[in-house]
Amino acid sequence: MKTPEAQAEGKVFGAGAEEAAGSGVRHGTAPAPGRDRVAHTEATVIGTSPIERTTVAEPGSDPAAPGREAEEAAGSGSELMTINLGPHHPATHGVLRLLVSLEGEIVRDLKPIVGYVHTGIEKSCEDKSYWKVIPFVERMDYVSYYFQMEAFCGAVERLIGLEIPERAKYLRVIHLELNRIHSHLVWLGTSALDVGAMSMFFYCFRERDRVLDLFEMSSGQRMHTRYFQIGGVFEDIPVGFAEKVRAFCAEMPSRIDQYEALLTRNEIFLRRTKGIGVVPRERLLDLGVTGPLLRAAGEPWDLRKAEPYLSYADHEFRIPVGTIGDGWDRYRVRVQEMRESVRIIEQALEGLPEGPWIADDRKYVLPPRNELSTSMESLIHHFKLVTEGFRVAPGEVYNAIEGPRGELGCFVVADGSAKPARVHFRDSSFVNLQVLRDMCMDEYVADLIQNLAMLDPILGGIDR
Amino acid sequence: MPDAPGLELIAGELNDAHPGSVLETYHDRGQACLIVDPGQVLAVLGWLRDTSGQEYWFLASLHAADYLPAEPRFGVHYELLNMARVERLRVRAALDDPGGDDLPELDSCVDMFPTAEFQEREAYDFFGIVFRGHPDLRRILMPEEYVGWPQRRDFPVGGEPVIFTHNEREVPRWYE
Repeated sequence: MKTPEAQAEGKVFGAGAEEAAGSGVRHGTAPAPGRDRVAHTEATVIGTSPIERTTVAEPGSDPAAPGREAEEAAGSGSELMTINLGPHHPATHGVLRLLVSLEGEIVRDLKPIVGYVHTGIEKSCEDKSYWKVIPFVERMDYVSYYFQMEAFCGAVERLIGLEIPERAKYLRVIHLELNRIHSHLVWLGTSALDVGAMSMFFYCFRERDRVLDLFEMSSGQRMHTRYFQIGGVFEDIPVGFAEKVRAFCAEMPSRIDQYEALLTRNEIFLRRTKGIGVVPRERLLDLGVTGPLLRAAGEPWDLRKAEPYLSYADHEFRIPVGTIGDGWDRYRVRVQEMRESVRIIEQALEGLPEGPWIADDRKYVLPPRNELSTSMESLIHHFKLVTEGFRVAPGEVYNAIEGPRGELGCFVVADGSAKPARVHFRDSSFVNLQVLRDMCMDEYVADLIQNLAMLDPILGGIDR
Repeated sequence: MPDAPGLELIAGELNDAHPGSVLETYHDRGQACLIVDPGQVLAVLGWLRDTSGQEYWFLASLHAADYLPAEPRFGVHYELLNMARVERLRVRAALDDPGGDDLPELDSCVDMFPTAEFQEREAYDFFGIVFRGHPDLRRILMPEEYVGWPQRRDFPVGGEPVIFTHNEREVPRWYE
């Protein structure tokens, strides 16, 4: 229904008392120019409101990058309001504080402030022998703990030059891919919760609990299992583990179908995520973004395929790649990655070789306990490894693996003693956080929440 | 990873283009590293990024390390990646500690690699390395008013006394 000229300027709510008194009910305006989507609906607005809605951009401008025209169109009369989002906030994934400068509901500037969970893990690692560092670095990115273990153990194994047995490689891959599924389930549940689909949270966490039960079966702990050791894995998988993982993998694709049935064609989810948070691929590469964010923008870069490590070269899996890199593409890429991870686990179980689960080099790996009562050398090595730890010849190495959020790199400097001289983690969330500003500029605040969800930051990794 | 002869070739060409930039190379555990003069680090990074045949235009990681008691003390590492050939190359800018209250300085590469913004802030926060030309060089993980460079090797691990209930009045906090 066409409304008077006064309202065609973009003000939906009546400005004067006489207009309000005249009819308490206002109808939505004709579609205002730009991306003011709510005004497109013929929603009935009751009463007046002191809030004035600003319209953005001229017709025909790219909704993904309103840019400068938006500022001019909005007029110079509006001033920026800087508000503080967080660090405690139901929508942020961890203690992330955002200083957001708003013009009406449009984000004009964004500054993330981090450091609220900084616990000095990298510094503490310099005081610990190499084994003792493993439980420390697990706890950085607390959702994808196996990946931190793999990055660190891989780096130290490179420094030592230790080859891990085939069975250990396959077991590591099984646990890494289970952890990837776990991480993506946590992401999907919390992101859907942010967007408003609350039941997704419970469905995803139901599956997540099954993964945690599998971890408990293999290592005794649900999270932060300390399962990977220098030279392989801590101990062999128990009887029945392979069957349980197979049962999980058999059921998981239908569960993922259920999640997709809830969200993929859901109109509300599509309207929230389609076309939101698009950053050009070149800008993503400039900002060092890797992982599902980069793949959603169309760059097929995955370290499991580019620089195969462990047993990934033996498995057949595809890399899901998106097209434009909006929120919906990121969602699709991660859900598809869950399916591919299920395939990798099934293949790894099929091809799981027999043999030792940890390397045989007694200089770096504990001897089996039954030898301690018969062999003096085993006892001495056990004693030295447990009290002092093994020494690593001086050198430095950077080991990068593909974590659920992107490239997770571990840089270790060894100085010849039993303790590392420097352990640094190139955490994917830390580098990916730089793209949040680009994603949220000149978009609505509600889209900021959604962009943050699709970015999938884990503050433990950002802050370390 | 460029192999050892390849690394020497790169170092040679780099020294031809920018004399005196490469101080040393080493190829260890399958990884290649160029140790460069910190004053020419931007030239080196630019050459590695722009020269056809090199094209290391992805900066995977920028981090610093303290090699105390070795000299030069600080090393700022640039982990470069060539995505097309999947080759990694490490460039280490060897910085000296100026001593006293002065901080070591280095040129910022944020214009070349925007990903360096947060990572240079982290190196400043933990080591006190000042990056000239960085748009917003301030602490990122430690509190803004913190005094000290925590990740340096001479900063003790238990750098701050633990505040229990029995000594909370006597122990000075870091902001006092």
